Amino acid sequence: MKQDVVVDLSDLPMNGSGTASLTWWGTVAFMLIEGTGFALMISVYLYLGSLAPAWPIEAPPPEWGPGTGVTLLLLASLVPNVLLSRWAAARDLRKVRAGLLIMAVFGTAPLVLRVWEFMALDVSWDSNAYGSAVWMLLGLHTTHILTDLLETYVLAALMFTRHADNPRRFGDVQDGAMYWNFVVLTWLPIYACLYGIPRL
Amino acid sequence: MSARIQDDQRDTDLADAPLDAALRRVWDTPRGVWGALATVDHKVIGRRYIATAFVFLAFGGVLALLMRWQLARPESRVLTPDLYNQIFTVHGTSMMFLFAVPVMEAMAVYLVPLMVGTRNIAFPRLNAFSYWMYLVGGILLWGAFLVDMGPDIGWFAYVPLAGPQYGAGKRVDIWAQMITFTEISALAVAVEIVVTVLKQRAPGMSLDRIPLFVWAMLVTSFIIIMAMPAVMVASTALILDRLVGTHFFNPAEGGDVLLWQHLFWFFGHPEVYIIFLPAVGMISSILPTFVRRPIFGYLPLVLAMVSVGILSFGLWVHHMFTTGLPRLGESFFTASSMAIALPSGIQIFCWLATIWYGRPVYRTPFLFILAFFFTFIMGGMTGVMVASVPLDTQLHDSYFVVAHFHYVLVGGAVFPLLGGVYYWFPKFTGRMMSERVGKWVAGLLFAAFNFTFFPMHVLGLLGMPRRVYTYQLDMGWGGLNLFVSLSAVVLAAGFLLFFYDAVRSARHGEPAGDNPWGAATLEWATASPPPSYNFARLPVVRSANPLWEDDGVLPVAGGLRVDRRELLVTTVGGALPEARESSPRPTIWPLWSALATTALLLGSILTPWAVVWGAVPVTIALIGWFWPGGRKEEES
Amino acid sequence: MRTRPLPSLALLLLCGGCAGWQSALDPQGPSAQALGQLLHGFVLVLAAIWLAVLVVLAVALRRRSRATPQAADRHAGIAVGTACVATVLVITGLTLASYVTTRVISAGAEAPLVVRVRALQWWWEVTYPGEAGPDVVTANEIRIPAGRPVRIELSAADVIHSFWVPNLAGKQDLIPGRDNVLTLTARRPGQYRGQCAEFCGMQHAHMAFMVIAEPPEAFAAWRAAQQADSAAPAGAEEAFGRQVFEQKPCGACHTVRGTEARGTNGPDLTHLASRATLAAGMLPMTRGALAAWIADPQTIKPGNNMPMVPLTPAELQAVSAWLATLR
Ligand code: HEA
Ligand code: HEA
Ligand code: HEC
Ligand code: CUA
Ligand SMILES: [Cu+2]
Repeated sequence: MKQDVVVDLSDLPMNGSGTASLTWWGTVAFMLIEGTGFALMISVYLYLGSLAPAWPIEAPPPEWGPGTGVTLLLLASLVPNVLLSRWAAARDLRKVRAGLLIMAVFGTAPLVLRVWEFMALDVSWDSNAYGSAVWMLLGLHTTHILTDLLETYVLAALMFTRHADNPRRFGDVQDGAMYWNFVVLTWLPIYACLYGIPRL
Repeated sequence: MSARIQDDQRDTDLADAPLDAALRRVWDTPRGVWGALATVDHKVIGRRYIATAFVFLAFGGVLALLMRWQLARPESRVLTPDLYNQIFTVHGTSMMFLFAVPVMEAMAVYLVPLMVGTRNIAFPRLNAFSYWMYLVGGILLWGAFLVDMGPDIGWFAYVPLAGPQYGAGKRVDIWAQMITFTEISALAVAVEIVVTVLKQRAPGMSLDRIPLFVWAMLVTSFIIIMAMPAVMVASTALILDRLVGTHFFNPAEGGDVLLWQHLFWFFGHPEVYIIFLPAVGMISSILPTFVRRPIFGYLPLVLAMVSVGILSFGLWVHHMFTTGLPRLGESFFTASSMAIALPSGIQIFCWLATIWYGRPVYRTPFLFILAFFFTFIMGGMTGVMVASVPLDTQLHDSYFVVAHFHYVLVGGAVFPLLGGVYYWFPKFTGRMMSERVGKWVAGLLFAAFNFTFFPMHVLGLLGMPRRVYTYQLDMGWGGLNLFVSLSAVVLAAGFLLFFYDAVRSARHGEPAGDNPWGAATLEWATASPPPSYNFARLPVVRSANPLWEDDGVLPVAGGLRVDRRELLVTTVGGALPEARESSPRPTIWPLWSALATTALLLGSILTPWAVVWGAVPVTIALIGWFWPGGRKEEES
Repeated sequence: MRTRPLPSLALLLLCGGCAGWQSALDPQGPSAQALGQLLHGFVLVLAAIWLAVLVVLAVALRRRSRATPQAADRHAGIAVGTACVATVLVITGLTLASYVTTRVISAGAEAPLVVRVRALQWWWEVTYPGEAGPDVVTANEIRIPAGRPVRIELSAADVIHSFWVPNLAGKQDLIPGRDNVLTLTARRPGQYRGQCAEFCGMQHAHMAFMVIAEPPEAFAAWRAAQQADSAAPAGAEEAFGRQVFEQKPCGACHTVRGTEARGTNGPDLTHLASRATLAAGMLPMTRGALAAWIADPQTIKPGNNMPMVPLTPAELQAVSAWLATLR
């Protein structure tokens, strides 16, 4: 077929950032998938709760302590996270390195506290359906933190190599930060569910 | 020709032949085994995906024939009950999860990037990964079946039959993990399609110029994204119940049996539109070519697809009408199920109007569309019947439902699919399928299909439940069943003829030009089969039927680099150029990642600890996948 | 007895009036009757629409359009719009018809007979809660008085099953952890076959049962007879049979009132011989069939939950002789 050049693309940037980048959209799509998963798990929790004559089933409501600690830690982590995202947007390699290290710490800390949170549930996954539901909700979210944390570690390592100074890497850092925001935000309804519903 | 490619060389500086050579250098998949395993070309993967899906169709079909052999006579002893139960489960599971859904996505993997005028699908490595996961899932199910470990609980695996207490052995675990494999691959493809359609369209392809098949796949992908997590949650909970003793589905400990059904059908109902909407898209894209006029009602068709997508999430309870849910709620689901007849009707009416004002050409793809009309509408009508709560109490779980869903699945999805294969075959292979054989295939399948499945409506009304491995002589179902089984043999002959035609034509078919049917959409603007880079220069779109309205001259965009895999990112609404982006090169890491994931998932059937140690190779493979190399593609 | 011909379905019945004896096309009770009428209506309306669409398609294929594109689009728009309005009207009508039928079917019945049905892999336990006297427990056979509504309380012991007697009513699932009810009435005396409709494992295909409707007096007599303990052995062979039954593991699974057998894993056999079939519709109730069943239940109904209990030929003879007298 004969061709007729009618548009010239030569001056376009060599990679898109923000909504002009494919990975940004990919990240959003995965957030949608996982968000749906969490919404469904919460529905399962509420559904089982609505069927049970008493909820929680043969267990006290989970203790506030560790869970609230995790929540506070996660919320606090939003501050460096937003800063990190800004530094990445500004392509400031030194600050981004520092930010990633901070975020690695901020990701690890709630994970450690999680161990106590599981114990504070005061019920085992195999005691009854309530136990199963809370363990699965908490387990799922823990996996969520874990995977994002691994990503943070890898990105942090990457930023100390020769691959660091590249707009693509900064884009990755921004997408990672966006994802961490999502991890924190999904936690809030789960927290409300796990700790609020049993006390209603 | 051997002009050295300099850094930052642009396509605008090159004549056609050197441009082709330069693009081949960066885009071609390396030869040899490594190339085959590492390829990220959406066309290579798409072709593989399609071929694999059709192999599963043939396998599933062979099982169908075995069932029909057993059911041909009352009290027959061809199959033991245990084997029969495995066979119908593997038939249904295989057809739904390994054929119908993947084949539609496979068509999209091949076609969507071409139809939107880009050079590769978004996230090509994920695409490779998704194929491997799919393949492993299929091998898992069929391997298990061949060693007498096939699941035997039906394709929707109701608990408690599938639970720890009654589903002994590993059969159910295999079913559940097969779900995980196929869902991961389906979700991956859905993400790729969404991003490809939203961000990689050719400049000028605004929302109202997107080919309807692409619209269909966009909606389908969103349905996948919203629906598949439900079955993932369900199968995970099932595995946990079986493996570590949770009680999600155990009523003795506060769990609930119907929870499974809610979760499964919250996915399962949208699933059927995941299969059907791509078929709607195919018809909408094929029909104009054969009635030689643009589609009537582009906007209503798009809106109808979107509303089917939305409505499909409000119907799941119609699979549970006999479980004793509150009557008022059930009536709501009757209303919503029937409401879906409206968007389906709009589609049918728009196609009719297109034919009405067109000049039909009776080529094979068009014949399949005619077969679709006859068959699908009948299936839709029986769908409306089972959507009625009171009627469904008689029809549910009887052969009437078996008839309904084969009418919509085979008539509604497989017929358009086969039409699509005849239509796009020249693009896939560069050769035409035989028109003479094609007419036989269409005729044979159409007639034999109706003879096979129509009598099942009657059998259902005569009280024959589904999933029975045999029935007693005095039930009076023998005659019809024999007729059904004999027709199924003819049906199989039709499929066999189709396979024969496809295999023969791939080698010896008549060579096809770029655009053998005189079609209007962009996939026909490049060679058949397309070169590895799809388009030497990216097309520019100025109407919904670009090849019909540009008088043999293709407007294109210039200025992309030819020394790296470069493609174009455009805006979501108007498809205005936004950035040049590079597309990843071939790599073996998706394969390793798939194998590592396989080890984790298979191990977890045996012990929960597999999730822990299995995570190590998965992590390593993923790091390998994402760790940047020093390639030109990495430049920004 | 066919109540009324269904002309629109006559076409379906090419196989020559084979409406079978387990059929939704041969309603014998008010519930099935209402459903039959609804079916009738749906089939007529939907077949007409199907036909109409195909006729339009046929015309569309034959005609040659000479309309200008603009006129074509305008006309097509009007036609499609009209068709959509018609579609909405039709589906609204069908929804209302369904709703009304549901109301009719589930209208509360007065003074129903209560029967409890519990489904097990792969047979049905039927209990008549005691009205003056002990509960009557039987299996795979539901006797009911003709003309009187029967409220069937459904529960499941293991997995999901579904209770379906198409000639009398639509089906209803039996679900572990949930209780369901189904009300049905048989207009006149007769035998109506039913079958489990939800896949429940290996022998789902052989989980049938009989609903036997009798005149009220006959039903009352039957019920009184069932309340009695099992008949005393008539002769020496039967006495020996009973002894074998009590000594072998049979009693661990089966109850025979009036003997030491008190098991509950299998059907209550107190009045076994009064039933029409054996093992959920597998075999006719004859002495020969009884012997065959006891000798090798796993060949007759592979996978069912009764093991083969080794018996000598003489023991087998005696047990089946005795069981055959439990009327
Ligand atoms: C491609 C797959 C596909 C499609 C498109 C459909 C389409 C529809 N299905 Fe079907 N369905 C299945 C696949 C599909 N189904 C499967 C696999 C099962 C069984 C699962 C299992 O149990 O194993 C099932 C089961 C199933 C049930 C459960 C039955 C039971 O288990 O008892 C119900 C109940 O409501 C139902 C309803 C419908 C309806 C209302 C439509 C509608 O979308 C149909 C709409 C179309 C039309 C109506 C025709 C065109 C319209 C017109 C020409 C306009 C004029 C029409 C009117 C005025 C009515 N389906
Ligand atoms: C897209 C989906 C799909 C397709 C295409 C089919 C195709 C067919 N199906 Fe299937 N079917 C289902 C989806 C599908 N089915 C589902 C979901 C169920 C429910 C399962 C459950 O209850 O859990 C079901 C159940 C089902 C039953 C009910 C079983 C039962 O309840 O006991 C029956 C019975 O007749 C049946 C028959 C057939 C037949 C005869 C075909 C024919 O159309 C098949 C024709 C095709 C062939 C015969 C292949 C021909 C090819 C060759 C011969 C080549 C061989 C070559 C090589 C081996 C290399 N199907
Ligand atoms: C481990 C339990 C078990 C033992 C032991 C057992 N049965 Fe059974 N029996 C069953 C079950 C369960 C059924 C129902 C089978 C079915 O229909 O699926 C049954 C069915 C029957 C029936 C048919 C009942 C009916 O209503 O149709 C007879 C008769 C019978 N058993 C007799 C015997 C005799 C005689 C023995 C001893 C020699 C025996 N059973 C030992 C469990 C047992
Ligand atoms: Cu019980 Cu099927
Ligand atoms: Cu559905």
